[in-house]
Amino acid sequence: MSTKQNKIAEVIEASTAQFTAQCYELYEVPSLGALVRTGDIYGIVAHAETTGMEPGRKPIARGKDAATEEAVYKDSPQLKKLLRSEFTAAVVGYRKEGKIHQYLPPQPAKIHAFVYLCPPEEVDEFSKSFTFLNILINSAFSVPAEEVIASSLRQMSHVREDSRSFLVSAGKELANLLASNIARVRNILEKLKID
Amino acid sequence: MTDKLGIVVNASLEKGVEVRLDAPVSVEDMVVGRYVTIEGQKRRFFGMITDVRLGVTDESLSISPPDVSDPFIADVLNGTSNFGQIHVTPMLTIGGDADAIAEGPQPVKTIPAHYCAVNLATEADIENVFGKEDKQRFFVGNPLDMETKLCLNLEEFVKRSNGIFGKSGTGKTFLTRILLIGILQKSKAVNLIFDMHSEYGWKGTHEGGAPVKGLKQLFPSNVAVFTLDEESSRRRKVATDYVVKIGLNEITPEDVSILRSTLNLTDLAVEAAYQLRKVLGKDWLNKVLNLGEEELEDLLKASNIHEGSLQSLKRGLGTIGRLGFVVPEAKDDAVKNILDYLQQGRNVVLEFGRYQEIAAYLLVANLLSRRIYSSYQRKMEEAIAADSDALKPRPLVITIEEAHKFLNPEVADKTIFGTIAREMRKYNVSLLVIDQRPSGINEEVMSQLGTKITCLLDNERDIDAVLSGVSGKNELKSVLARLAPKQQALIFGHAVPMPVAFQPREYGSAASYKDFTSSSPSSPEKPPEDIEKLWE
Repeated sequence: MSTKQNKIAEVIEASTAQFTAQCYELYEVPSLGALVRTGDIYGIVAHAETTGMEPGRKPIARGKDAATEEAVYKDSPQLKKLLRSEFTAAVVGYRKEGKIHQYLPPQPAKIHAFVYLCPPEEVDEFSKSFTFLNILINSAFSVPAEEVIASSLRQMSHVREDSRSFLVSAGKELANLLASNIARVRNILEKLKID
Repeated sequence: MTDKLGIVVNASLEKGVEVRLDAPVSVEDMVVGRYVTIEGQKRRFFGMITDVRLGVTDESLSISPPDVSDPFIADVLNGTSNFGQIHVTPMLTIGGDADAIAEGPQPVKTIPAHYCAVNLATEADIENVFGKEDKQRFFVGNPLDMETKLCLNLEEFVKRSNGIFGKSGTGKTFLTRILLIGILQKSKAVNLIFDMHSEYGWKGTHEGGAPVKGLKQLFPSNVAVFTLDEESSRRRKVATDYVVKIGLNEITPEDVSILRSTLNLTDLAVEAAYQLRKVLGKDWLNKVLNLGEEELEDLLKASNIHEGSLQSLKRGLGTIGRLGFVVPEAKDDAVKNILDYLQQGRNVVLEFGRYQEIAAYLLVANLLSRRIYSSYQRKMEEAIAADSDALKPRPLVITIEEAHKFLNPEVADKTIFGTIAREMRKYNVSLLVIDQRPSGINEEVMSQLGTKITCLLDNERDIDAVLSGVSGKNELKSVLARLAPKQQALIFGHAVPMPVAFQPREYGSAASYKDFTSSSPSSPEKPPEDIEKLWE
């Protein structure tokens, strides 16, 4: 893939099924469900948070006298160093010998590996198969898996010319995967509806 | 619509094959009675749709249905969580290796493997199964919802006795006419038709339409119309070939015994008839009818017949004596005449004219058939003794209506028709029985019928009687019960490789007459030219 892609974050925690990355810029977190890549490993953003640097120490309210929210940050430039944005991505596949496989890679991502946001062509290539949906269905995140799946499919559909037929095929795949739990399927489908 | 319907998801030889429909196939396009082929791993199966169902993967979908007003949700769920299913009864295996192809369609003995593709049968498949129109095969109609011609091998058909059933007004007569024409054209057999309502010979009625032409109008050189009622035939402007008279001396006590319930005779009265025949000789009936008081007393004294029985018998015989075609002694031999025509290969239609009461029909049909049959039996035995095929009489098909009157359990043993049905083609005589109450026909006779064709029946007992002993009875029942009330029929048995619901070919338009008469390559003579005028 193109090396000109902008790196957005760096892996700070990695396991076989997921990795957590810290964003280089505060609040510049990829959207929920976005496809990201670190090395050869692909992940889908399943959770994101912004916290203080020191665990156990909560930020304090600072804006009582500020006119706008932006003014708070302007008045306390150190905030950008004291706060950090992180996200966790579910590993959904990897590239080997140029080919994308939608199953877990043999090794987890490396710490300090750069994380890139996948450009539309790569999203298009990745979303030719729906095998990754099964990984998402069976993952446990702090965000409900239905939200992650719906959000991810919505974004993938945007890079497609015929986004409706993409969503219908994805919906059919989900209906087959979740044949015995149609309530979950309906829950996701409600979030996929095309306006 | 694509031709691929779906895949096999479940099957049992006994219960049939479950097919899950593919998403683009609408369940509403699936009709009971249509043909499908299943592409098995080693052979192809040919079957019929016998049930259509809706299925869901999760029961909760039926309990709280999704919002299908949203086309997106409807599209996703259609074919995945909601799907159509059809139940297919496999009937035949076709194809496979080279040997199997050469053997032709075979009865099904196994089932297709999981997930084999199921397709709508193509015209070629159906032609492969039912054959093309040729020297022996006759085009009788089209399988329901299909353009393909359903062809019946009539050479096979006439080898057994056959039955046509259906409620009144479902098109039995039309169907019979088509089959008679088929037999006339495509087989060596000749027909003898006991035409109770004068429907076959010259002209037939057509509910809500103009009268249709009978056999003689279409095939003047191959068909002879005999009549029992010259006057009626003349009134209807029918060119008859012969007027049949029955001599009282030709009637035997056996003929009387099958009329027992029709003439309301007691058992003792029938017994008396046998005794009288013994005492009075061949002309017994004439004598009984013309007995004076004194002679009667003498007769009662001489035999041990009870007076009441004799009176009962006399009353019954009086009914026979009053029939217009019954004469004390017939001048010429009607049976010999009929046989002569039949031997020349001419089909004989015997019109009953105004004698439409069942007693007349039973009497005449039984009496003539018995003597024709015994003549056939004699000739056949001679031919077998001489070991010569050439001496064998032409195969004969006797058509009788109201068959349950001849073949009900009470009289089936006594009438000649019971014997013909049972002994089948040993003597080259078979029956074509037409009836609206098949449940009234003796079970044993029913079981011997080779091919059965049935139009709509809605009485449970009639349906059971017709379908008894057929494999896949329950599936066929659902097909039979859903036939249209007119001009649709189900055929199964000896002459067809598998049961098939069909719509009989058209009969009654000028074009249809032309089709019938022009498609007779085996017809021995060309119709005379003046028949052209009739098509106008």
